[in-house]
Amino acid sequence: MHIAGNIKKIPQTSGQGEAVMTVRNLYKSFGAHRVLIDFSLAINSGENVVVLGKSGSGKSVLIKCIIGLLKPDSGTIEVLGESIPELSDEALDEIRMKIGFLFQSNALYDSMTVRGNLEFPLRRHSITATQEEVDELVKSALEDVKLEHTIDMMPAELSGGMRKRIALARTLILKPAIILYDEPTTGLDPITSREIIELIKEVQQKYHSASLIISHDMNCVRMVADRVVMLIDGKNYKEGTYDELIQSSDPVIKAFFE
Amino acid sequence: MLRSQFWKNFLQETGEIARFTGRLFSQWFKPRYEIREFLRQCYIIGYKSLPLIALTTFIMGLVLTMQIRPFLVDYGVESQLPAMVGIAIIREIGPVITALIFAGKIGSSIGAELGSMKVTEQIDAMEVSGTNPFKYLVVTRVMAATFMLPLLVVLGDAVALYGTYLGVNMTGVTNFGFFWTKVFRNLSFGDVLPAFVKSFFFGFAVGIVGCYKGYYSKKGTEGVGQSANSAVVLSSVLIFIIDLIAVQVTDVLGLN
Repeated sequence: MHIAGNIKKIPQTSGQGEAVMTVRNLYKSFGAHRVLIDFSLAINSGENVVVLGKSGSGKSVLIKCIIGLLKPDSGTIEVLGESIPELSDEALDEIRMKIGFLFQSNALYDSMTVRGNLEFPLRRHSITATQEEVDELVKSALEDVKLEHTIDMMPAELSGGMRKRIALARTLILKPAIILYDEPTTGLDPITSREIIELIKEVQQKYHSASLIISHDMNCVRMVADRVVMLIDGKNYKEGTYDELIQSSDPVIKAFFE
Repeated sequence: MLRSQFWKNFLQETGEIARFTGRLFSQWFKPRYEIREFLRQCYIIGYKSLPLIALTTFIMGLVLTMQIRPFLVDYGVESQLPAMVGIAIIREIGPVITALIFAGKIGSSIGAELGSMKVTEQIDAMEVSGTNPFKYLVVTRVMAATFMLPLLVVLGDAVALYGTYLGVNMTGVTNFGFFWTKVFRNLSFGDVLPAFVKSFFFGFAVGIVGCYKGYYSKKGTEGVGQSANSAVVLSSVLIFIIDLIAVQVTDVLGLN
């Protein structure tokens, strides 16, 4: 175990506000395969941090540990002052109301309409709202992603980009303080990717939420990141702004930016 | 070597299904109760299976009558046709055939649906949305399958007997009331109750196997297909095993 007594220095934040998420000395293995090795990270309120790494480097595992879908082998994850691995199921549900998660595959419920998909988190988190208020929240979330006309459509009727936007609308409907994006532009054409990136920036400006974005799309990194964390071989290899990293002479880092 | 691997896999899977079933029972009575989803599943699993069950059991009753008639005519006991086919349908053929059709339709559909939800991260999304996916997806489906199959068996038996009535009338004329009197006069409590009770177990087996195969579906679309397929195969085998056990239990209880 590497929890208390072995806490290493937490990487620097950009200093925009107080830390809303802190990951310390995180370890996660699957059998003999070590995915995260002593990984640490901190994010301030209103900050966009991109975790950059190759496919299979453990980026999605990191984000699933943060949201509590996976339990780390050791290390601490604090989100909005709560230690995620130690929370009960009820407390975890409570904190998840404040964390949005945009899945790589969008994870829209196939059996529900767009309206059903957006209402689902409201109803499941027992948000006490009248039907008019729920309708208003759904409408507002769809306006944010400019897809009001899709409200009664099924996910199967939507294009890849539209599905991503609806998934983002579902993420936004609870007005989370932190949004986790798992590969938000994967599988999209360059134009749609750009639209999604613009949308992420608009959302951040409108809601002042902190964002952790998992990506290997350099356009996304360049356009969105206040700070970039390089996740290589399960470790926080290097971090800095996009401009700092692009000027690095380290061949491992240069390989990403060339 | 190959044989030992087979037994290892068999025991491992049996253990995992047992653990999955244990988890199901530990969640079955705990709040929050997903009544709305349970009723939705009852509609999908029960109501939407009605036409298929009705069609297949009707044909089964008709064909069975047509196949048995010449044999009874040879022995001069043609008048016993309604009673004989009735007992066969109520005691054995009705529950088993309905359960097998149900396994093909519902087992595969649950396996594919949950498998697809698993590989597209919908189950994770549910958990993130403050929902216990096991309770919402598994408990509701297993409960719906357990309670809907007995109702479908009762309906299927009735339709099969109507098929029998038409079959009897194909070569002769039998009064509708007389036909039913013949059927029910030869039926006893010991014929109806065990058949009804075992259909709860059939439904439970179809639900739990479909959910288990789907919930632990391997990554990818191939895994979804395999989940659906193996859900049908395993639940069909379980139906026969449960039937075998039910006959023995019925015998021990003196209901045969």
